[in-house]
Amino acid sequence: MIRLEKRPQPSRAWTVATPILAVALTMVAGGLMFAALGKDPVEAIRTIFWDPLFNEQFASYSRPQLLVKAGPLVLIAIGLSLGFRAGIWNIGAEGQYIMGALAGAGVALALYPLEAWFLFPLMVIAGALGGWAWAMIPALLKTRFRTNEILVSLLLVYVAEQILASMSLGLMRNPEGGGFPGSRNLQQYPAAANPELIAGTGMHWGVVAGFIAVITAYILLNRHMLGFQIRLTGQSPRAARFAGVNPNALVLFCLGTSGALAGLAGLFEVAGPAGQISIDFNQGYGFTAIIVAFLGRLHPVGILLAGLLMALTYIGGELAQFMLGIPAAAIQAFQGMLLFFLLGVDVLSNYNIRLGRREVA
Amino acid sequence: MTSLLTVEGLTKAYPGVVANDRVSFDIAEGEVHALLGENGAGKSTLVKMIYGLVQPDAGRMTLRGAPYAPPEPSAARAAGVAMVFQHFSLFDALDVAENIALGMETPPPMRRLAARIREVSETYGLPLNPDRLVGDLSAGERQRVEIIRCLLQDPRLLIMDEPTSVLTPQEVDILFATLRKLAAEGTAILYISHKLEEIRTLCDRATILRLGKVVDSCNPREKTAAELAEMMVGAKLTAPARGGGTPGDVVLEVSGLSLPSSTPFGTSLRDISFTVRAGEILGIGGVAGNGQDELLAALSGEAQVAPDAVNLKGQPIGALGPSPRRRIAVLAAPEERLGHAAAPDMSLTENALLTAAIREGLAARGFLKWPAARAFAEKVIEAFDVRTPGPGNAARSLSGGNLQKFVIGREVLQRPEVLVVNQPTWGVDASAAASIRQALLDLAQSGTAVIVISQDLDELMEISDRFAALNEGRLSPPRPAQGLTLEEIGLMMGGAHDMEVAHVAE
Repeated sequence: MIRLEKRPQPSRAWTVATPILAVALTMVAGGLMFAALGKDPVEAIRTIFWDPLFNEQFASYSRPQLLVKAGPLVLIAIGLSLGFRAGIWNIGAEGQYIMGALAGAGVALALYPLEAWFLFPLMVIAGALGGWAWAMIPALLKTRFRTNEILVSLLLVYVAEQILASMSLGLMRNPEGGGFPGSRNLQQYPAAANPELIAGTGMHWGVVAGFIAVITAYILLNRHMLGFQIRLTGQSPRAARFAGVNPNALVLFCLGTSGALAGLAGLFEVAGPAGQISIDFNQGYGFTAIIVAFLGRLHPVGILLAGLLMALTYIGGELAQFMLGIPAAAIQAFQGMLLFFLLGVDVLSNYNIRLGRREVA
Repeated sequence: MTSLLTVEGLTKAYPGVVANDRVSFDIAEGEVHALLGENGAGKSTLVKMIYGLVQPDAGRMTLRGAPYAPPEPSAARAAGVAMVFQHFSLFDALDVAENIALGMETPPPMRRLAARIREVSETYGLPLNPDRLVGDLSAGERQRVEIIRCLLQDPRLLIMDEPTSVLTPQEVDILFATLRKLAAEGTAILYISHKLEEIRTLCDRATILRLGKVVDSCNPREKTAAELAEMMVGAKLTAPARGGGTPGDVVLEVSGLSLPSSTPFGTSLRDISFTVRAGEILGIGGVAGNGQDELLAALSGEAQVAPDAVNLKGQPIGALGPSPRRRIAVLAAPEERLGHAAAPDMSLTENALLTAAIREGLAARGFLKWPAARAFAEKVIEAFDVRTPGPGNAARSLSGGNLQKFVIGREVLQRPEVLVVNQPTWGVDASAAASIRQALLDLAQSGTAVIVISQDLDELMEISDRFAALNEGRLSPPRPAQGLTLEEIGLMMGGAHDMEVAHVAE
């Protein structure tokens, strides 16, 4: 019989080792799945993890994609991780991402064709505010009426998607677009565009913002009272109240911050890689960021690495679909395995495993 | 008398600790047998093995001559062993009969069960109305529900785990009359307690456990309480020394403090008034669940009340939260160590930060000073003899006594003007308890107004200058502790809570 025994304190060695073990286990289990689908498992794993970065044929296209995909994931996941640490569950980053993009793009489209240096900064502010305001709905409902923020934030995603569809068909539709849905392309509007900063790297302002968020979150959590209060609330809400933490203020801060960061991610995406508001603008970054946040163990540096890894599986997954004909569902299952194994082996950092029979008297 | 239960060489080890080490003793029919020992001596593990909740690693038991090894509690009950736990397992929203039916394998129809409950409860002098909602019952009455639940099984051996910790002295007398009647009818009673006077009054024999081993057995009636304590602790205990200073000015004044309960079955505080002077210890007794947690919350600032309900040197502070109160040196240490006074998974350094950030200057403009926090944690560890490898260890890795010393020390070293502690020595070994009490006395000596909320009357009598009791959210007027009799204390705690005292049929 296998028994679990709680360690007196979490093991530091396992805390570091479990993500690596989880990736290794995912490769083994994923390889078996690919083999069962009749594909060469070694080649599939290589196509997902190696080719996007180092294959001469694909790397020039897919390497910049790494930062393009990881940027919004990291930015959103950092915001989410603050709340998750405090036990405040914002599941609606996808909706805040959409609303941030709509607010930011709305500013640009309203002022078109103004060419001014302050337009892009103004869009950034509007994007953050859009996401923040959307997150304030579950926050205020929670602090006022004790509603469950998980449900409210999640359902607001679908509301945001409807607003997005309405906007791309109506108010924000490109008047010179021949009646097709979708807004003007901001990439072709220099004052409003979020261009690639260094050619061939995929680096844009959203990636820069992601790095800044990682550093700020690290300092906040390790060096600042507010970060201490966030961690304390998550671990022990009653002790936090005893320590003088105002739980409602913390809910407003955590949901507000994660909403603002998701809104920023949306704005940088619509002004950069996506270029325009369209019905299918949102790609699920807001949901994937939840996985990224946990994969990175809610630690800022971990989230940075997890965001890059997740982006890699996306790009590599697409490549594997395209090159080897692996079905999209199998790629999703593969990504799911990654989270599954991570949460599964997480037990090791808090528990000892003992093998042996329990004696019966 | 014939032996009912024999225990031979019972051993149970948990990782890192041997809870029971070759424990042997026996209980005769009709005997009231005490199991005496400090917290952590292994009393609970032993009775859990007898009741089938835990399986021993080695050793054997016989019940009335037959081998006895209950794999689960229902087997123990079938063999005639019943147990009343210290913590009740009752549903507030159900009535008495429903609660009892829930614990039975084949409950009879409700009407028959209610009649049985009335019958048994009257035979044993424990009147109980089967139709009453458990949520409306006092702690003493809830215990009656648990006892009657056991008596309906007609047990040969009744195990009682710390039954008097929730009772007033008057309620204890009623309980003891019932237990004596049961014993006279031949039911053996295994009585677990660390309250020595009770054991001397009630029990025929005592088995003393220390660190998992049987160290002695005796007839408690032939020993003094001090002798029993020494057998239990294994060392001479020195009573805390108190200096005879005269109290100074009134520091804290509470007047007309009321606080509605935040949960349906919680306790509301009603019109509480008292004062505490500098250098004085006010002891607040009472049965658990009569508003102790709520009173601590109102004094620590976790629950905010009308501004002028709590005054510090004439300034209204009732509406201030925990942090502003710390700034003016009103400090508190709650009962629950893990999860309230301290965060279990955080290090001692982080836990030092938890309450000491303001007064010890451990943060500057919101940025934490880790070296200073670590130094303060080390200071507490050093000054209060907290046994731990260092401040980097998680709070949950400490034993109860060591963590409690840390929690109390953390507040004492912040130079409080007012310190409120709830159950300062609950679940703490005797030597740690003595050092915590001494620290509280020393703190009062240095001019702090100290409020000690506790359910341990001996502790309160030992250290307080004045005594008051909480009863259903109301506080009795404080009286000087010196010269108070147990009878008077019991009445302040609510007497028998108007529980009907029936005549125990002879």
